[in-house]
Amino acid sequence: MTNRIGTISRARFGWPLLAALLLLLFAVQARAQDFPALSGRVVDQADLLSPAQEQAIAAKSEALETASGRQFVVATVASLQGYEIRDYGYRLARSWGIGTARNDGVVLLVAPNERQVAIEVGYGLEPILTDALSIFIIREQILPWFKQGDMPGGIISGADAILAQLSLPAEEAEAYQRETLAAEAARDESSGDGSFFAFIFWLFVILFIFFVVAAAGSGGGSTRARRYRRGRGPVVIWGSDWSSGGSSWGSGSSWGGSSGGSSWGGGSSGGFSGGGGSFGGGGASGSW
Amino acid sequence: MIRRLALVFMLAATLAGCGINSVPTAEENAKAKWANVQAAYQRRADLIPNLQATVQGAAASERQILTEVIDARSRATAIQLNAEDLKDPAKVAAFQQAQGALGSSLGRLIANIEAYPDLKSQANFATFMSQIEGTENRINIAIRDYNEAVQAYNTRIRTFPDMIGAKIVHGAQPMVPFQAKAGSEEAPKVDFGAG
Repeated sequence: MTNRIGTISRARFGWPLLAALLLLLFAVQARAQDFPALSGRVVDQADLLSPAQEQAIAAKSEALETASGRQFVVATVASLQGYEIRDYGYRLARSWGIGTARNDGVVLLVAPNERQVAIEVGYGLEPILTDALSIFIIREQILPWFKQGDMPGGIISGADAILAQLSLPAEEAEAYQRETLAAEAARDESSGDGSFFAFIFWLFVILFIFFVVAAAGSGGGSTRARRYRRGRGPVVIWGSDWSSGGSSWGSGSSWGGSSGGSSWGGGSSGGFSGGGGSFGGGGASGSW
Repeated sequence: MIRRLALVFMLAATLAGCGINSVPTAEENAKAKWANVQAAYQRRADLIPNLQATVQGAAASERQILTEVIDARSRATAIQLNAEDLKDPAKVAAFQQAQGALGSSLGRLIANIEAYPDLKSQANFATFMSQIEGTENRINIAIRDYNEAVQAYNTRIRTFPDMIGAKIVHGAQPMVPFQAKAGSEEAPKVDFGAG
């Protein structure tokens, strides 16, 4: 009897509940922008390039990554979804996590329907591929082709110009050093503040744990342990801890600094994924 | 024994979840993001002497608005916020007001000098404009990142269980987010495609 009531109530409330959960899922996705999947080094959503052209660019980009670790991706999108191209571009580049922890990624973004093009440069490459050089490449190497309707020509010429600049070894060592030192200094600063409190705190925790274990061991240990384990307190706190982890991921910044992005981007991308690089507005844009 | 170990880990987790570590981490994150905001504003301030030289030569009649920009720059750079001031709404508002004034006078100057064809055709002027545009873009992104970090920090110190550690151990105060004022933070529009 109780069984039957159970199935009825499940049939009645199960589907709306499931639907509500699905809605929640979609709500979260709708809030974040709808980016194309990172399917390789060339993501040709707007279908401007032939497979052979895509492969040629991807091969050059791969050679760059092998030589220097820098990542370069070409993205063509069908729509900017109402965003400014620079606004869309840095979010796209961050969400893909192009570049390593040195933030040494570059994305060439083409939006043919909005007739706009942008170069997004990761933090670590800003001294090498400056705004001024980016606008120069757009003006001289990309827009002349785009204005004549030759989309593949402009993309290939622009990609070659960017790759040529990124392959220059001259400034590489200096810039890398500066970036690494800055990152290290920031890390030291952030961990230094809490370490004293952490030490005192863990001292107390250890003392407390010894006390509790000793008390639990003295009598009735098993029932008490079971009761505590079934208690809701620790579970709720674990839960909130996880969700707060989620919020820091949502900000995109702390996530971008870590190299955790690589496993996330992996999946079905055929061997290519972003290394968790971050972007903060380096580069330039143009329209035709 | 396994149960006892599980109990131990749960207790440790319970206490570790109280914000002892996570609150300072969130605060340092917001401060680091603030440093980016300051760097982006500094970058803009550093570009202005360059602009001054260009405009004085080619567009002498814009002298008045140029003076306005230079004054706004010196007022804006006079106000420096250190990390502790970020918890003082009045100081943040003053900083924001000064930078906003610089932003809007700079925007007006750029709109005016765009009307000078000989200035616009100079290659180094176009390069310079791309730098201004890139700087405004960086300012917007840095502010957005900072606001997100502040929001995460403020939420953390006011929600369970982190508020326990935030109140008792750190005495944490909320930080002040940046408010984008209508128009003042808008990047000057530069159209390269037409030129």
